[in-house]
Amino acid sequence: MKTDIILAGVGGQGILSIAAVIGMAAIDNDLYVKQAEVHGMSQRGGAVQSHLRISDQPVHSDLIPAGSCDMILSVEPMESLRYVSFLSEKGWLITNSKPFVNINDYPDVEKIYGEIRNIPNSLLIDADAIAAEVGSRKVSNIVMLGASADYLGIDFSSLEQSIRVIFGRKGEEIVQMNINALNTGKKAARVQSVS
Amino acid sequence: MDKLVLLGDEAIAQGAIDGGISGVYAYPGTPSTEITEYIQRSKIAAQRKIHSEWSANEKTAMEAALGMSYAGKRALVCMKHVGLNVAADAFINSAITGINGGLVVLVADDPSMHSSQNEQDSRFYGKFSMVPVLEPANQQECYDLTYKAFGLSEKYKLPVLVRVTTRLAHSRAGVIRRQLLPQKETMIPEDHTQFILLPAFARKRYRGLLDQQPDMEADAASLGFNMIQQGKDRSRGIIACGIAYNYYMEVATRYQLDHPVLKVSHYPVPTAMLQELADSTEELLVMEEGYPMVEELLTGVLKTKYRVRGRLTGDLPRDGELNPGVVARSLGIQVQEGRDIPQVVANRPPALCKGCSHIDMYNALNEALQPYGPGRVFSDIGCYTLGALPPYNAINSCVDMGASVTMAKGASDAGLRPAVAVIGDSTFTHSGMTGLLDAVIEQTPVTVIISDNSTTGMTGGQKSHATNRLLNICKGLGVEEKHIIEINPLKKHHDENTQIIADELAYEGVSVIIASRECIQTASRRKKEAKK
Repeated sequence: MKTDIILAGVGGQGILSIAAVIGMAAIDNDLYVKQAEVHGMSQRGGAVQSHLRISDQPVHSDLIPAGSCDMILSVEPMESLRYVSFLSEKGWLITNSKPFVNINDYPDVEKIYGEIRNIPNSLLIDADAIAAEVGSRKVSNIVMLGASADYLGIDFSSLEQSIRVIFGRKGEEIVQMNINALNTGKKAARVQSVS
Repeated sequence: MDKLVLLGDEAIAQGAIDGGISGVYAYPGTPSTEITEYIQRSKIAAQRKIHSEWSANEKTAMEAALGMSYAGKRALVCMKHVGLNVAADAFINSAITGINGGLVVLVADDPSMHSSQNEQDSRFYGKFSMVPVLEPANQQECYDLTYKAFGLSEKYKLPVLVRVTTRLAHSRAGVIRRQLLPQKETMIPEDHTQFILLPAFARKRYRGLLDQQPDMEADAASLGFNMIQQGKDRSRGIIACGIAYNYYMEVATRYQLDHPVLKVSHYPVPTAMLQELADSTEELLVMEEGYPMVEELLTGVLKTKYRVRGRLTGDLPRDGELNPGVVARSLGIQVQEGRDIPQVVANRPPALCKGCSHIDMYNALNEALQPYGPGRVFSDIGCYTLGALPPYNAINSCVDMGASVTMAKGASDAGLRPAVAVIGDSTFTHSGMTGLLDAVIEQTPVTVIISDNSTTGMTGGQKSHATNRLLNICKGLGVEEKHIIEINPLKKHHDENTQIIADELAYEGVSVIIASRECIQTASRRKKEAKK
């Protein structure tokens, strides 16, 4: 198996936590992992992305070749479109629908949704609303991880297990909230992919 | 042994810890910062009392590391590529003095300038100083080569330069550890004149360095960091340096290419290996991250019978980092790109955080400068460089650490009034203080604004040497006390702050305005930690 994922968002939205959960689950399944992150200047409210590559064969390049990415998983709708040149023809674009507006010329959000729907395998998830129902808007990144779970090529139970490990030191309440977020995200994606 | 998932930077740090260092010396700089931060957090490093406090700048770091080496212990010094310019005097001369305890100089280059002002290639510094250079291709090699570099350094009695680039520094993969080596005992050098570079001693040592060069090249062929990977398709031979090897292997695996490859991770590149590859293939394609150093070495200026392609011939782009796409195209493969990015996607450049103190400082400065018109603010390296962007458009230069103060002085000498410098607190103690002394000596009319957020912000909030010391430093340098003014950059003080700046702009001498308010990122982190 091979899953190449681009995680997208705005600096501070928590895409590296998503990467950490998937990465740990992959390692526990004896898969090879490479994950390129953005540090430094771009983190200050700018567009950020992480290339996450999982495979049962050794991974060479830290960067995903253009046109061959299996999934763009984004915590912000406009950011999901920034990397479509990487997406393969059959690749999935899965994104939070809630815009993060920190620039003056943020485009009309309906136009963004239109472009996202133009991509055959795309899912728009209102992760912020789901996260608020689960308990805190802070877990919207984990809602998005849940929404991607069916397409990752990794056991769902492994994702749950790595959430337990990664969030363990923050206490059982936080662990449960993240597990709920993961499950609710997965269900929301399933409802949408059927409709 | 343990398998860890580490950034390239973290793998270097773990390799240095396990390689028996007694200290790391560094000033924060993307993409090298995480090396020192990892050692600061490491439990083994704490148990072993490994020195890991930040240095004031890269030069002080390099010299302190050389001092630790003098005293017989292994030391690591890390910096970003432009940091080596700051440390260059000490670095070049450390090749002449040589070392006692193993000394590794880790430099992280930033091709494509993700967080830098140029994309200079540190391998040239290795060539310039004539010390061995190691260039890992992946995270495991980051660990292994750093671990082994200390032994190599002690073998030659020379510093060893290890070079990585952004993608490797900031990418994670599994790393297997080796045995933890013991630290060295304190021991002064046998030759008591080794570190005295008086001309008579220095000439002798320099000749010794020249005499070592053939051994270094022989080792680069035999130690196994460079290797020739056989291949059946001899229409081309690939020379892949450092991380470029990964991109070639990615493309070769996907498109089933089978060219012979010289994987380069150890410089000077052995002539014999280059010759072998050149003689057994029809042409050479050189892939290197950064400048076309090896390509230039091969082509020289006179025509030869060998065909060499790479960045100079346009087969690969002359600037910017490599990626699987450009490498595939250089091999004649038509790459299938994905969809075009929709027009609707707007740029989202980095910006000053909401509530940042630099914003209030710039708003006051802009208003105070209004009567004079634009074009008179020299700035520096840090978060506040983002003041160059709208809506502030507040600064007119950003060149190198500390240049704000000295450029303002030079412009003032040329008659520009007012001439303003905007510099951060950490940048000021890095390289701004000496320039301020120049201005004080001549009573040059400059207004220096130290935008003090009490941290090294851009690199993620490291401790700043300037915190709580700025007032006394400025006094000590001889700035008149009534022209050292502390302000609190808050919106509610805007009018008052604007007036203070306006008054100092009109002063025909040196003024320093210290605009102090804690970085909101470090403040919120501190509050969170206090809650726990």
